[in-house]
Amino acid sequence: MIILLGVVAGGVLGAPSRYALDQWVNSRTKGFFPWGTFLINATGAFLLGLISGLALYHGLGHLPVAVVGTGFCGAYTTFSTFSYETVRLIEEGTVEAAVRNMAGSLTLGLAAAAAGIALAALI
Amino acid sequence: MSPVWSFFTYPEPVDPDLLDTDVEEVGEGAPRGRRPWLRLPVLAAVAAGGAIGAPARYELALALPTRAGTFPLSTFVINVTGSLVLGALLTLIVEKWPPTEYLRPFAATGVLGAYTTWSTFMVDTDMLLKGGHVLVAAGYVVSTLGAGLAAVYLGILLVRRRPPRLRGRRATRVEQ
Repeated sequence: MIILLGVVAGGVLGAPSRYALDQWVNSRTKGFFPWGTFLINATGAFLLGLISGLALYHGLGHLPVAVVGTGFCGAYTTFSTFSYETVRLIEEGTVEAAVRNMAGSLTLGLAAAAAGIALAALI
Repeated sequence: MSPVWSFFTYPEPVDPDLLDTDVEEVGEGAPRGRRPWLRLPVLAAVAAGGAIGAPARYELALALPTRAGTFPLSTFVINVTGSLVLGALLTLIVEKWPPTEYLRPFAATGVLGAYTTWSTFMVDTDMLLKGGHVLVAAGYVVSTLGAGLAAVYLGILLVRRRPPRLRGRRATRVEQ
């Protein structure tokens, strides 16, 4: 029960953090590309990599993993908005931009998560 | 301009007057006011959605546990179902229903945004690669991206009842 409440607490912080950062980034960038979600997903992947690495190598407890990892990182990053924005990029006639969004999000996300795990292993 | 940066830069749209429309439609919505990202009632609506979406994902992950080195089925199911619902919901909100202020922040950005996750998708893939399960990792990435995009497309289609004009040169105007 305490774990579930921790996930709720993380979700309550993570979702509005995403909204605020996305709006802020979108107000400062021009053009089609969904830079907000792109940066959010990369930074969130790094943070979850770090938390997962701390759990793996340093025995970080269930509660901090639930609050920061499952709750915050899970709610901060989003797959549904990424998919929607990618389909909208295709629909607007820029298949190239959609492919770049997918390839870039994937490459940067995998690298950021790996960097987080590696950093936890070094600590 | 560095090669990395140029990877993400695009030529101007064919019709420059489409630009503003595109920014609004592709992003999370048009910023309003001086600091739209700090509008407290909207942030509260998103947070309320997050309080539902995050534990829903947690419970579904408990119901469909994944053994190390195997396909992360729960995250796959979460991300694909969330994409399907988001495609349908945003099409209803943007194209069908009268404008509302808090429905999109609460249900789309909050509930579905927090229910689906990118970070777990990435970390699980890295863990599969780390364990030497390269084929499982590749299958996971390809199937999640493919099914996620197909689910959004299907969601849009279910609401519009006609196919979105994919690969068209310009968008159909969205009626506000």
